[in-house]
Amino acid sequence: MAISMKSAFGKALVGVMGAGLVASVSTSALAAWEPDKQVEFVVPAGTGGGADQMARLMQGIIVKHNLMKQPLVVVNKSGGAGAEGFLSVKNSKGDPYKIIITLSNLFTTPLATGVPFNWKDMTPVAMLALDQFILWTNTEKGYKSAKDYIEAAKAAGPGKFKMGGTGSKQEDQIITVGLEKATGAKFSYIPYKGGGEVAVQLVGNHVDSTVNNPAEAVAQWRAGSLTAQCVFDDVRLPYKTKVTATQSWNDIPTCKEAGVPTDYQMLRGIFMAPGVTADQIAYFNEVFKKMMATPEWKEYMEKGAFSQTVLTGKEFADWLTKAEADHKQLMQEAGFLAK
Amino acid sequence: MEEINALMGGFAVALTWQNVMYMFIGTILGVLIGTLPGLGGANGVAILLPLTFSMEPTSAIIMLSCIYWGALFGGAITSILFNIPGEPWSVATTFDGYPMAQKGDPGTALTTAFTSSFVGAFVAVLMITFLAPMVAKFALKFGPAEFFAVQLLTFCSFVGMSKEPPFKTIAAMMIGFALAAVGMDTITGQLRLTFGEEELMRGFDFLIAVIGLFGLGEILLTMEEGLAFKGTEAKIDAKVVWQTWKKLPAYWATFIRGSLIGCWMGVTPGGATPASFMSYGIAKKFAKNPAGFGKGEMEGIVAPETAAHAAGTSALLPMLTLGIPGSPTAAVLLGGLLIWGLQPGPLLFVEKADFVWGLIASMYLGNIAGLIVVLTTVPYFAAILKIPFSIIAPVILVICAIGSYTVGNAMFDVYLMVVFGIIGYVFKKLSYPLAPMVLALVLGDTAEGAFRQALLTSQGDMGVFFANGLVGGITALALIMLFSPILSKLWGMVSGKKAAA
Repeated sequence: MAISMKSAFGKALVGVMGAGLVASVSTSALAAWEPDKQVEFVVPAGTGGGADQMARLMQGIIVKHNLMKQPLVVVNKSGGAGAEGFLSVKNSKGDPYKIIITLSNLFTTPLATGVPFNWKDMTPVAMLALDQFILWTNTEKGYKSAKDYIEAAKAAGPGKFKMGGTGSKQEDQIITVGLEKATGAKFSYIPYKGGGEVAVQLVGNHVDSTVNNPAEAVAQWRAGSLTAQCVFDDVRLPYKTKVTATQSWNDIPTCKEAGVPTDYQMLRGIFMAPGVTADQIAYFNEVFKKMMATPEWKEYMEKGAFSQTVLTGKEFADWLTKAEADHKQLMQEAGFLAK
Repeated sequence: MEEINALMGGFAVALTWQNVMYMFIGTILGVLIGTLPGLGGANGVAILLPLTFSMEPTSAIIMLSCIYWGALFGGAITSILFNIPGEPWSVATTFDGYPMAQKGDPGTALTTAFTSSFVGAFVAVLMITFLAPMVAKFALKFGPAEFFAVQLLTFCSFVGMSKEPPFKTIAAMMIGFALAAVGMDTITGQLRLTFGEEELMRGFDFLIAVIGLFGLGEILLTMEEGLAFKGTEAKIDAKVVWQTWKKLPAYWATFIRGSLIGCWMGVTPGGATPASFMSYGIAKKFAKNPAGFGKGEMEGIVAPETAAHAAGTSALLPMLTLGIPGSPTAAVLLGGLLIWGLQPGPLLFVEKADFVWGLIASMYLGNIAGLIVVLTTVPYFAAILKIPFSIIAPVILVICAIGSYTVGNAMFDVYLMVVFGIIGYVFKKLSYPLAPMVLALVLGDTAEGAFRQALLTSQGDMGVFFANGLVGGITALALIMLFSPILSKLWGMVSGKKAAA
């Protein structure tokens, strides 16, 4: 089974990569609206995580290139797996001075906890990128391929192999469930608090595999302690510069090629409060468009091996609708829905 | 001695006049941030991080890490003067620092705290300089079972030291555990004990509880005793620093224990807060005069401060070599490194040697700068206690309120702080100990997480806590600590009988 969340933009991705960046961002030359006081940039996660890093990088680029006249202030609202941040935006109807960056908890938190919010309670602005996931194993164990590893897990018996991941009933566990469904292997899933910790637990052989983001495990990969088995996407990563001594991101096979067909990406997008005007949305789209054209952003995308898929407006809403349905189905099958 | 050469190169990088200036700016900012409860090093660094993108990475990280050192120093100030811990790891400093200041010796208390911090940091930097690769390997040995064993050791070294009846201690601790359970449960991904209230989803932040329990609780108690219109008779003398330094070498064993506990907890990464509690508990167990603890014993300041600063400093080691942050502030710094295009991990020392050694050199210099900054302020801070309580109390209340608000940018937290203040007052009146409750609140969540992760990996087999020498050793040590009062009593009875017979 493939978690086909993105056949819609599979082709778009290649197109965007070829044609340069941000083909589809709304292109009103001069937005009519402009903020006249500081804008709060909500991060529905703690300091130091992937979403927080991206938000602070964006803030830094915007300050450095003077893209906004008013300050952009990052505020972490991580309570209840991010529900605190989403609810604060949901409850600020018509307030254009609040934007929020999302991760997969946009879908998983309301489904798993029953906290009443939905992406439709907010105004979608733009998808900035998609974060990838890779199946990692410890190099010492010598698994030749993802298939090889999965066979070993099956041979050991259900629950004997340990999969480490970030959080519970969130993206890492959903991918694990997807992988189990696709292959018939059965893991014990061990939830940790942060991605960096997960990668190090794998280096220390406390778990057998992880599905870390590229950025979370790249340092250990380059040092040779971890092996990248396959990427959870239907196309390979586009970055061909060598990252380790012998491999680039592009050399990692897709999980489909590796014979364990599973795929999943995580949304890195921006939302605003409900009831904001088209002018206000256009203003932020313009700012992000300029931000994504800076060398700092491009370097960050390549370092973290992000999928540079940018969507706005209706296309973004369609993507969200489909992604939500996919999450719901997967989580229902796994028994993760709130009762 | 290639480390020495590399370090000298690092000093050459760090000792440009701009970098020294950034160092002092960072330290002063850090002390201010550390003094304001709630703001905290992690927030302070996070707020300033984007402003440093236009700076050269080495200068930027020097300034940011100096903010961190400054915050580590500054956390002690309000703990000692007002019984309000500026940072979580300063809670244990209040136990003896505040009584000592109240007895009229704030200068000695502050000097002791700052000097101990410096010693702890210095030992940790030496370790980072010479043992980095070895220590990084040691950190890899820590899985969930080992983490839990460490948490257990912290609890056990702290339990039994309370003067209150055991049942009151256990009751206070259980309330702490219950409060720690509120909010998101990382193992199941479910909300617990929130009763559908949005505000409770964040859980009870440890700092808000502490600001209320200690800071506000203390004000309420003082008010009950009658509003005193004169300040404490504080002896303030510029010579206080020298006089204190003369007394400190007597506690060399406490310094060594504190530094070792701190380095260990910072690397593994247990963090500065458990390190300070564990060090305090162990110091009391080994002290010649354990009865003096809690009443203004110098050793009771040395132990937690040395450990906290050693842990805070050594927390940067796993960040640099493994890419895992040993503390919340280290997590923000880690984000900064990634944004500057530096990739923490095993190769950082090889590929960006200039940067790494510049940073390590700045740890030496930044801590010296920090010590100079804070020691010169000792008389001024100590003089605050001369201000009559009726004037200073409203100021403290405002600091408490701002501090609680800053933690989560929420007004609800300010109300919560007030509730905790009342609880603190009632606890004191009924002589329930606060420390076990605070300890359970700060460690309950992580200890529970590690315990359940460990049982998940072993599929429910408790043997995992004795599965290898490391985890078994720590668990056994914890159990010995826990039962040591009973064991020593038994030993006393046995040897007593022998003597009688």
